[in-house]
Amino acid sequence: MDSRAGDRFPLTRRSVVEATRDADPDVRRQGWESLVASYWRPVYKVLRVRWRLDREDAEDLTQEFFASALVKGTFERYDPGKARFRTYLRTCLDGFAANERKAARRLKRGGGQSFLSLDFAGAEEELRRYGAGEELDVEEYFHREWVRALFGLAVEDLRRWSEATGKAVHFHLFERYDLEGPDAPERPTYAELAAETGLPATQVTNYLAAVRRELRRLVLERLRELTGSEREFRDEARLILGIDPVKSPGGPK
Amino acid sequence: MNGISDAALHHLREVADEPDLSGTPYEIVETLGRGGMGTVYLARDLRLDREVALKVVQLPEGTGDLERLLREARVLARLEHPGIVPVHDAGLLPCGRAFYAMKRVRGQQLDEYARAAPLPERLRAFERICEAVAFAHAHGVIHRDLKPENVMVGPFGEVLVMDWGVAKVAPHLVGAFCCSPSSPGDEGLGRGRSAAKLALMGARGEGSGGGTEAGTILGTPGYMPPEQERGEVDRIDERADVWALGALLGFLLKGKEPPPRPLEAIRRRAMATEPAQRYPQVEELAADLSRYLAGLRVDAHQETVLERAGRFVRRYRTPILLILAYLVMRVLLIFFLDR
Repeated sequence: MDSRAGDRFPLTRRSVVEATRDADPDVRRQGWESLVASYWRPVYKVLRVRWRLDREDAEDLTQEFFASALVKGTFERYDPGKARFRTYLRTCLDGFAANERKAARRLKRGGGQSFLSLDFAGAEEELRRYGAGEELDVEEYFHREWVRALFGLAVEDLRRWSEATGKAVHFHLFERYDLEGPDAPERPTYAELAAETGLPATQVTNYLAAVRRELRRLVLERLRELTGSEREFRDEARLILGIDPVKSPGGPK
Repeated sequence: MNGISDAALHHLREVADEPDLSGTPYEIVETLGRGGMGTVYLARDLRLDREVALKVVQLPEGTGDLERLLREARVLARLEHPGIVPVHDAGLLPCGRAFYAMKRVRGQQLDEYARAAPLPERLRAFERICEAVAFAHAHGVIHRDLKPENVMVGPFGEVLVMDWGVAKVAPHLVGAFCCSPSSPGDEGLGRGRSAAKLALMGARGEGSGGGTEAGTILGTPGYMPPEQERGEVDRIDERADVWALGALLGFLLKGKEPPPRPLEAIRRRAMATEPAQRYPQVEELAADLSRYLAGLRVDAHQETVLERAGRFVRRYRTPILLILAYLVMRVLLIFFLDR
């Protein structure tokens, strides 16, 4: 099963949580792929940082966690009335990790087997570059990493959108100013970007505004998929973006 | 891609939240502040080539009476007073949020200002706050969220009361303004698409009855009177602002030394639990404070004979010193002449 669902546009924008319970096996599979694509990084990082597992054990346990959830139908039992989906998932992860530790099952299951294709090296690189969030509690840390994963997927969506719609210049400006700019010793000015791309400065402003609108729409779409209920979707959107998605483009139709 | 750094993530969350200003003459320069009520941006008005503060707010849930919100906006926009931040423009954005453009205010928040300013200056700033609030009351507008963060003090000591986002407007007054013709200064209010769906400063949660729905709590803990904290909307009138002004005065009186008893009495009267026991109007609170500053007896405080004598001495210090000097001279003169 290839879990790199972030590599293509999701076919549906319904909640993946609902999709994992669908009668149609194709819908179920797609739901699972999207869910794993969005959550595996925060899961892996929590196991590495908070459960202090070594790299191999964390990789194995990440695989095992999703495999076990699929087999046991863990996410199908999720009740949107009781908690946010990400909270539910993290609680399940804690329980799973605690049991695994107790039973020391890694040897028994013959560690190293994988059924998901996940970029653990990339996750390790993120851990090295962005720290372990020691100042945060586990809930905050999981949330921060989940938001990072969410935006990572949305930015990938944005890149594909720009390629599909012939807006490569838009994405280039976005990459230079919004993605690389915050970490650059000196963020390029709009005038410098205009000179670099041969556009008038006003056009740079317009292009950036347009691409950011698209990013917001894509973040909301991803968020729509990854939440278990309408209320959770709106709450998360307010928390992450400070907006009410119902009144914004990209909100539920 | 190789993940998103914390700085980039923070930036992306900000820009993804950025309002869609297409169709407006504004361009965002930077974010000035965020709060539960919305976000304030420093923006450039490309039409007039000037900087403005642009506040962007979510329309309240279930806003039904947008016309009423527009009328309230007009009332607030006409509060032309040097102590009230002027509103230039307002409207609805394509992203579904409402905005209003205000004068960009430079200066310090009252809390920052109070840290360095001596007590007499702080009290004079407080007097100017009272003047602005009293002016609004005279026009039927109750601020309902007076607190140090909502007052700016400019470089020349000028005071501006900000953020009228939860202001309550007297229904009779809204109607009166609605029927009067627009003034030239209102160019941004009430035109075209903006006008049709405007919701701003007085907008949050306001029902058709001229006030916030009962049970709705608006304001800031520590700066709202008990009736506002309990959501008793019908009981909120000018005396709610009197209470908040009392809290502001208490904030300004904080220091190493305990505050003078008359000032403490003014604060206590302003912050009485029962509205009927407070100053009925802000003017009376301000007048009591002016009396204190002028060395007169304040209404809120029953002074002792000793306090009265002390006040008398402080008030007439110069003539008393002159008389004393004269008497000493006379005594010395008599003493030396007799020798």
